[in-house]
Amino acid sequence: MNDGMIIRTTSLVKIYPLGEQSITALDDVNLDVRTGEFAGLVGPSGSGKTTLLNILGSLDVPTRGSAEVLGERIETLSHRKAADLRNRHIGFIFQTFNLLPVYSVYENVEFPLLLLGFSPAARRKAIQAALEWVHLADRAKSRPSQLSGGQSQRVAIARAIVKKPALVLADEPTANLDAENSHGILRTMEDINRELGTTFLFSTHDGKVIQHLRRTITLVDGRVAKDEVRSGA
Amino acid sequence: MLIPKLAFKNMRGAGLKTWLNAGVLSMAFVVIIWTQGLYQGIDAEASRAMTDAEYGGGQFWMNGYDPYDPLTLQDAHAPVPAPLVSMIDAGRAAAFLVVPATIYPNGRLMSAVLKGVDPDQRVLSLPAAVLKASHTEVPALIGTRMAQSAGLKKGDVVTVRWRDARGTFDAREIEIVEVMSTVVGTIDSGLIWLPLETLREMAALPGQATIVVTAKGTAPGTLPAVPGWTFVGPDVLMKDVKTLVQSKTIGASIMYVILIFLAMLAVFNTQLLSIWRRRKEIGTIMALGMPRGRIVGLFTLEGALTGVLAAAIGAVYGIPLLALTAIRGIGLGASLGDSFGLALSEKLYPVYSVLLVGGTTLLIFLVTTAVSYLPTRRISRLKPTDALRGRFS
Repeated sequence: MNDGMIIRTTSLVKIYPLGEQSITALDDVNLDVRTGEFAGLVGPSGSGKTTLLNILGSLDVPTRGSAEVLGERIETLSHRKAADLRNRHIGFIFQTFNLLPVYSVYENVEFPLLLLGFSPAARRKAIQAALEWVHLADRAKSRPSQLSGGQSQRVAIARAIVKKPALVLADEPTANLDAENSHGILRTMEDINRELGTTFLFSTHDGKVIQHLRRTITLVDGRVAKDEVRSGA
Repeated sequence: MLIPKLAFKNMRGAGLKTWLNAGVLSMAFVVIIWTQGLYQGIDAEASRAMTDAEYGGGQFWMNGYDPYDPLTLQDAHAPVPAPLVSMIDAGRAAAFLVVPATIYPNGRLMSAVLKGVDPDQRVLSLPAAVLKASHTEVPALIGTRMAQSAGLKKGDVVTVRWRDARGTFDAREIEIVEVMSTVVGTIDSGLIWLPLETLREMAALPGQATIVVTAKGTAPGTLPAVPGWTFVGPDVLMKDVKTLVQSKTIGASIMYVILIFLAMLAVFNTQLLSIWRRRKEIGTIMALGMPRGRIVGLFTLEGALTGVLAAAIGAVYGIPLLALTAIRGIGLGASLGDSFGLALSEKLYPVYSVLLVGGTTLLIFLVTTAVSYLPTRRISRLKPTDALRGRFS
């Protein structure tokens, strides 16, 4: 993909077996996302947002169709190649933060860099920058259990952006946060998107998130029902 | 170096849980080494006592002597050959004559074996010198077991009856000049020690002996070949002791296996629980891009490091504890040696060889690593999406 697209799905289908029956989570999804977009998959629960995000993050594979992310066909990737794609190019932000409980804030943010084999000096510099982005430089030594929900999600953002990935996938990032924290975090992500050019793709049904998005892709029953770009975006 | 670094971090982060797991495992280390050391101590103690008091550096048996067949004892004697006489004169061997007899203590009849010993011999640790010091006509030395079974004590006179070389039955009164205490039952039970020359005269067997015991440490290669006599080395003489210790060791080995099994069950359960508890964490590190193989390696190494930590903790309290028992010994009680059928003193000194400590540590470490790996194989079948939701696929 050298046409400015970071994500392209073609006739994407995901079916989950459920006993003798099956559930179609995604049904013929065709989607293009350009580099640098700040977009969101919106829709009610069970509409397929998380499933699509998982496939785009190479955490899952489609049943049929194709999902191309950063030029890699997700359905053809081996476990190791998929891990490598996530490691190098994709940052994840989860609804429940998913911080590693026995590590400090610094060590949580350091983790992706350790996997990438950064030198200690390069790690220190990158972690410092990431923590400053999320205004948590003074909490580097804290444990996740000592942080508020908003602070925990900021650490998760720092961990997602520390390696300067091309794409950040955020699954309901504000679901466990109050309005003030939600707006604060979204503003941080907007800043990162603007200044670092990182592509953000959210999955959300939270109105607070939606008002920050420059593009909303509405999923209903696993299909793209609406794809809107906000005016002025 | 990433995996060891992360494993170390995870263990450090788990705090008390890590210390508890390693602490429990360390007990298995110490108890296993302690029990094995105990049996090695039994082996060493029994071998040493038997060597000092009975076997020496090996024995020449006149052909026809069979210690397991009492009926052959009557004819188990022969003149001591010249090469052995030279060794005896040089103090490198001692002759013993064995004659079956009957004693009549307190009006009872009792079978006994008369054993002639040179009161001046230094080859075996026997208090035979008391036989020389006495002015009694036929002084006799017995052990505490014999004294108890015959109801005899120091100063008692008892009638003894035997058949001499000419086939004539003779009888004489002997006086118990000393009752010795020994851990070696085979130089005590049923035995009466007499001065060698006195017994030779009583049995009409001048210059004859049944066995000639060489001094401890005699190299078998330096011994002369003696026609009519067979050299029985210490290894052969000790075979029964070794077999007995081995049979006791089987019991210890079963305990060893049970202890290792229990320790491994604890490690296995801990690993399984850890994977279950940390499944979301596993999903997260999968999402962050760590391949499954490395995650399996990480969890396996955490288990293996628990084994290393357990060995270190075990060393902290185990080394002083084991050293103390090795130096001060463990009180067994007077009769335990006899009930074991081995020559054991009232105190047993466990022996902890480098092979035992190193081998056990290595074995537990290897088994811990293997057992740590088994539950982690589940991770390689785990879908990242399931793990992130806290589910096991």
